[in-house]
Amino acid sequence: MIPLASTDYDAIRLSVQVATAATLLSLPFGFAVAYLITFVTFRGKLLLEVLVNLPLTLPPVVVGYFLLLLLGRHGWLGSLLNEAGIRLIFTLKAAIIASAVVGFPLLVRSLRIGMEGIDPHLINASRTLGACWHDTLLTVILPLSLPGLVAGSSLMFARSLGEFGATIIVAGNIPGVTQTIPLAIYEYASSPSSETMAFSLCLVSVAISLVVLFLHEMMAKKMARRN
Amino acid sequence: MQLSMSVKKSFGSFTLSAAMSVCGDRIGIFGASGSGKSTLVSMLAGLLEPDSGEIVLNGECLYSHTKGINLRPEQRRIAMVFQQHCLFPHLSVRNNLLYGFKRCRPEHRTIDFETLADVLKLGGLLDRGVSNLSGGEKQRVALGRAILANPRLLLMDEPLSALDDALRFQIIPYLKSVSEHFGIPYLFISHSLVEMRLMTDMVLAFEKGRLLEQTTSEQLARIRMGQSPVGYINLLKLTGMTKRDGMCSYCWKGGELLLSSSNRDTVSGLFELSSKDIILFKKHPEAISARNLLKCTVAGLFESVSKIGVELKCGDGMLVAEIVPDAARELGIEKGGIVYIAIKASAFRRLAAL
Repeated sequence: MIPLASTDYDAIRLSVQVATAATLLSLPFGFAVAYLITFVTFRGKLLLEVLVNLPLTLPPVVVGYFLLLLLGRHGWLGSLLNEAGIRLIFTLKAAIIASAVVGFPLLVRSLRIGMEGIDPHLINASRTLGACWHDTLLTVILPLSLPGLVAGSSLMFARSLGEFGATIIVAGNIPGVTQTIPLAIYEYASSPSSETMAFSLCLVSVAISLVVLFLHEMMAKKMARRN
Repeated sequence: MQLSMSVKKSFGSFTLSAAMSVCGDRIGIFGASGSGKSTLVSMLAGLLEPDSGEIVLNGECLYSHTKGINLRPEQRRIAMVFQQHCLFPHLSVRNNLLYGFKRCRPEHRTIDFETLADVLKLGGLLDRGVSNLSGGEKQRVALGRAILANPRLLLMDEPLSALDDALRFQIIPYLKSVSEHFGIPYLFISHSLVEMRLMTDMVLAFEKGRLLEQTTSEQLARIRMGQSPVGYINLLKLTGMTKRDGMCSYCWKGGELLLSSSNRDTVSGLFELSSKDIILFKKHPEAISARNLLKCTVAGLFESVSKIGVELKCGDGMLVAEIVPDAARELGIEKGGIVYIAIKASAFRRLAAL
């Protein structure tokens, strides 16, 4: 049996909570951005592509710092939210936002690959059969993007589970509030007497990742068989 | 169906400029690859916006650059059958077929599902996934899906080009059912003159983005005879095969034709015979190796590039033979004259069993 403290259970719960919320929150935006990049021609498309992929190339700490500047009490968005009585910094919401921003490029990339694989003639066929664009989106593009959506969601979920740099900057490392598995491991690893606890959480992290990857592979295979 | 189109569309150095007005239910658009056929039908279907011009179908303006009208594809009621069937891979055959039907207004639904499945022989396929179908079955489902959308016009963009020869001519009767059985006018796009003659009455011939000719499919085949390496293709429906001396004897328009033994599995079929494979004699030859020797009357003559086409009435049937002008002079061929023709038994090629 792996020895775990009550704060470790909190960290596991928070990690799953943050990863799930970040993934679900990003899905509609990721789908919309991938759709725009794949199917729509517009000015500034290249800029959008670069901006979407930027968090992938930046150190997560830099992303976290920018989020802090944006969402902080005196930040551009933070000050507006503050007036409305909403505080994000050093809350679970901030951890979710940080994970969503860092994992977003992975979701969009997978969705885009899925959408680029759709034969444009299928979309044309749907339109000539009487479907308007949003009908085509829901009945052709969305179902055919499912493999990309599953792959992107799994990648993003896994990435969110491991998110550290951006989270510690905007959400801090508050046990039971914002402390996720990586942050808890970091805290344990900082103290030489807690090596066993750090190792236990590492094993939990590996187990969750394995479950996610297995689920992803099973769903991908099921969809491949169906198509 | 009455269609008038006057459109322009440019892509880089290529410009499609078409001004035409057609009336009929079986119209063909003929041209080589890159002649602008697919661009034209995409504009008609609303999938591509012209740079300028106007499209009017049965009195309704679908597109007008000057009036600022551009109906969306789903508003046009013009269905399309694509070269690569384009069936939705995530739907069953039944759900593919019903895709357009469900989106069609109830007052436009004149074709019912059961009749369609019966005519196109799709009954046994309905619950299967589309990836398990053969090429011919896929194209039949694609055709059925387009018909069930109850369109006022059906566009067929080279629907046979992805199929092999044997399948191609098996599918043609199903394609013809669009007009014959369901009363839907169609525009058939192809680069094959034989397909054009089997599928259409009137043809618009395009070359390098311009409309060259508007004529009947039969006339176009004759005009193009001299340019074609295979000449004019005679299409013959041969029936009642019997075996004779190791060969196959068929009935054709009150006469008999002998074909090589390779056709022994076909009781009745559609065969092609090139105009180049018919040899003309002024008098009955004494002896000849060709197994078919027929007495014919010259019904007419036509010129095509540097060749002469001779229309021959053989019994109740008509054939076209191709000769050079010198041969026509030497043989003294004129309308109403009698000639003998020789055709080798191996010159016939089976297109489809009937």
